[in-house]
Amino acid sequence: MRRMSVTLVAAIAGAGTCAMVVVVSAARSAPQQAAQGKPQTEITFRITGEPGALPRYAVPEFIPLSPDPDTAAAAKLVAQVLWNDLAFEREFSLIPRDTYASIPRARSMADVPFERWRELDADALVIGTIQKEGDQFRVAVRLFSVRDRQSAFGREYRGAAATPRFFSHSIADEIHQTQVNLRGVARTKLAFVSDRDGERIKAMFGDRAVKEIYISDYDGENQHRLTTGRGLNLTPAWSPDGRSLAYTSYRRGYGDIFISNIYQGTIPDNPTRGRGESFLPAWSPDGTKLAFTSDRDGNPEIYVINRDGSGLMRLTSHPAIDVTPTWSPSGMQIAFTSDRTGSPQIYVISADGTGVLRRMTREPYCDRPTWSPPPFNEIAYASRGGGGIDVKILDVVTLAVRQLTFGEGISESPAFAPNGRHVAFSSTRSGRAQIYLIDREGKNLTQVTRAGNNTMPDWSR
Amino acid sequence: MTQRRLASKVAALLACLAVSIVLGACAKKAPPATRPMPLEPPPPAVTPTPPPAPPAPPVQQPAPPPAEPVKEDVLLTANLDELNRLVSTQGLIKPVFFAFDSAELSPDAVATLKANGDMLKKYSSWRITIEGHCDERGTAEYNLALGERRAGAARTYLVSLGIPADRIQTVSYGKEFPFDPGHTEEAWARNRRGHFVITGK
Repeated sequence: MRRMSVTLVAAIAGAGTCAMVVVVSAARSAPQQAAQGKPQTEITFRITGEPGALPRYAVPEFIPLSPDPDTAAAAKLVAQVLWNDLAFEREFSLIPRDTYASIPRARSMADVPFERWRELDADALVIGTIQKEGDQFRVAVRLFSVRDRQSAFGREYRGAAATPRFFSHSIADEIHQTQVNLRGVARTKLAFVSDRDGERIKAMFGDRAVKEIYISDYDGENQHRLTTGRGLNLTPAWSPDGRSLAYTSYRRGYGDIFISNIYQGTIPDNPTRGRGESFLPAWSPDGTKLAFTSDRDGNPEIYVINRDGSGLMRLTSHPAIDVTPTWSPSGMQIAFTSDRTGSPQIYVISADGTGVLRRMTREPYCDRPTWSPPPFNEIAYASRGGGGIDVKILDVVTLAVRQLTFGEGISESPAFAPNGRHVAFSSTRSGRAQIYLIDREGKNLTQVTRAGNNTMPDWSR
Repeated sequence: MTQRRLASKVAALLACLAVSIVLGACAKKAPPATRPMPLEPPPPAVTPTPPPAPPAPPVQQPAPPPAEPVKEDVLLTANLDELNRLVSTQGLIKPVFFAFDSAELSPDAVATLKANGDMLKKYSSWRITIEGHCDERGTAEYNLALGERRAGAARTYLVSLGIPADRIQTVSYGKEFPFDPGHTEEAWARNRRGHFVITGK
């Protein structure tokens, strides 16, 4: 979906995205003007660093070509956000921006003082211009090799001036793709549960806090509420195409699964249609089915249903608790939690319900498996022991386990980023429950939320 | 049916119940509703001559003390919010509590469920929801299922006592709505519960 060809990105209303037109302008050699809609083979080269070191990137403020304050502010913001996005994947070494002060600002792409950037040992330099056009910005960007002053990457964007961060995210994803063949996450979204609205519902008996589904950019910006109705909403799950969100809602007084088609403004679908309780939806990788947990047959079991509510299939038939399914990337297997041996452990079963049940964990208490996307084949989960809960990752083939968190508060409910390199999770390490991101090796911890209690994150494609 | 006729019918029913409860010998502390007490005036002990009394004579309101029968009426006339409050503060329907990570019914829980069942049989139009709750020390997702097991265990037992299944709904709130936000053993024990709410009457 994120090809580096010319694409006309359709206008998408609402929910923090913006309409954009992407025009590929030039590669390293002669500038090519690709016709819109035709995929173009871009000639590019990889900017490397010193032997054994990551390439060092500098991202100075973009050059404002319009005199108004909006453009001046956006010129700073777009560069800062791009710097953050490029630093996030740790494929490049980002030179701190407070060291740029001594370098004279270029006024156009043509007068970049490369030799001054070389003094900072920069290998790669991102230079951008930004210009106001009505309620839009036009942004041009080039990635230069500082050593030979050649442009490895050029793009021009036009999009809503109200959402300048989206330029940064698009540029970062394209640089990651073209330079290191990495699918970046800068344009992806998080969904999570929050009680920040502080309202209380007058339940039949007692006051309870409201919990709503929120969505945000991957870095925690643009947080806004998806559900309304002042009730209890839990366990959000992004559809693979990022256009729908399934979740568990108690709007009828018991848990049931609803799907919000968030860019369509239609009323939510309800595929599980109120038979018993149903919760913890998980989308199949092709987006046509949901696995979920339900007690409709007397105790919690795993089921699969088509998105439209047809084709209900029962996967487990055991008096124990079977809960919280997750699909393998191929869609052929489902991992879930079962306490059939006495304590919750993680198992894998074929997605068609046949086949051998394989037990994956042997720790005291394991729950909430989430299967990584390719290229990795691992399952993140929450492991309870020693009085606390921590996030761990197991290798599906070898069952080797590595630990990501180490007892700083309760850490649970992990969700993988779509490139498999990061995990979002909920942790009480700073007091209340907040959403954090960490990479799959346990480094680079980032806090995403700060208001209220925030739990149960999910990460879109 | 007017309030008065309803009240008199109920008073007659309660008179019979009062007798049967005396014979049944409940061992728990007596909430007012089950204390045996005659509600009809004692039959006149004087003349045997008159022919048998006409069927179902209107029962007059009992003499003081009025405390118990007034509460009975209140249980019938209160709205759902008040009813739940009354039933809770008077211990007429109580939550059942569970051991850590367990949905097993302890002997205490069974006794509570029997008492709750008696109330549900007495007030046979009441519909209830049993909420399953967990303490914070489990993971959020497993606790959604454990809460379901807890509510389901309570429901299954009540159905085995003869309460119609369609009068009882179950909901799980996992650890999402703790009754006690504390982080102590007492708080956790209070949160591991099947909680009863009257949702229709």
